[in-house]
Amino acid sequence: MTAALPLVLTVFVACAVEAIEALTIVLAAGLTREWRSTFQGMAAALLVLAAIVAVLGSTITLLPLTALRLVVGALLAIFGLQWLRKAILRAAGYKALHDEASAYLREVAAAKAAPVSARRGVNDWYAFTLSFKGVLLEGLEVVFIVITFGANQHNLGAAVVGAALAVVVVAVTGFVIRAPLAKVPENALKFAVGIMLTSFGTFWGAEGAGVRWPGGDAALLVLVPVVAAVSLGYAAWLRRSHRLSGAAGGSQPQTAWSETGGVTG
Amino acid sequence: MMRTLKSFGAFWYDFVIGDDWQVAALVVLALAGTALLVHVAGVNAWWLLPLVAFAALAWSLYRATAGKS
Repeated sequence: MTAALPLVLTVFVACAVEAIEALTIVLAAGLTREWRSTFQGMAAALLVLAAIVAVLGSTITLLPLTALRLVVGALLAIFGLQWLRKAILRAAGYKALHDEASAYLREVAAAKAAPVSARRGVNDWYAFTLSFKGVLLEGLEVVFIVITFGANQHNLGAAVVGAALAVVVVAVTGFVIRAPLAKVPENALKFAVGIMLTSFGTFWGAEGAGVRWPGGDAALLVLVPVVAAVSLGYAAWLRRSHRLSGAAGGSQPQTAWSETGGVTG
Repeated sequence: MMRTLKSFGAFWYDFVIGDDWQVAALVVLALAGTALLVHVAGVNAWWLLPLVAFAALAWSLYRATAGKS
């Protein structure tokens, strides 16, 4: 279990970010429309996601390890770099921070305006589809992370445990406070996940291409901090140039970094 | 039908490739280059993918912020 801890923790953090976004949509549907239809939509989406994990998870582990690492590594590196790109742009103030509170208000306004109609045994079709789509779309990223990390580490069970823990923790917290988790430093979490996805993707992708890493698996202990340092350096550089150009133009730039206490806040 | 296919394709493009296709292309090229160096030239090019990933990220950030300051 100790050996699987890094895997469980990585998947837990990555999945918690997605679960927070899904929770916002589910709360908007449940609190403004109807809980029964919202839960039905959520349950249907979770069933679809479980089926995808069961089918893809068992299929992907049949692939030769080299091919698996090459494909999965490439996908993870691409995925991770996109996450890092967004997180750095947000931290530097070039992109608005993802605001769960305003996302929640937008969903609530749309949910209040939609008419109620019963369909296929569901009392409120709007609440059902809103909840279904929200959980399915955010859940697909969870599934992607669970399958790629689990298959590569030959420990799909540990990856599933990490994802399930994240969903349970976020869901319980959300339903206790009955509000979107707006105070979670989402950009900092996304930054951390981007670093992990990029590091693991680079490591596995290069291994799949035939590379032997100096130090073997221990190379990851160097790769992760290096990716983190370079990414933090890019964020600091962009934030500084943004602030300088804002000062030169006489306007105050958006200081997303300070709002979050930086990416580590 | 076409609209459904288009939105299905757009979803997966956005899901996998994201906002900047050039980052994805550079990662794929770097992996191909690594495989060539390892299997053809016999060079253990573990350094190539990390270097290209950092360069791709910097290039993408530069293009995303150029002219926006």
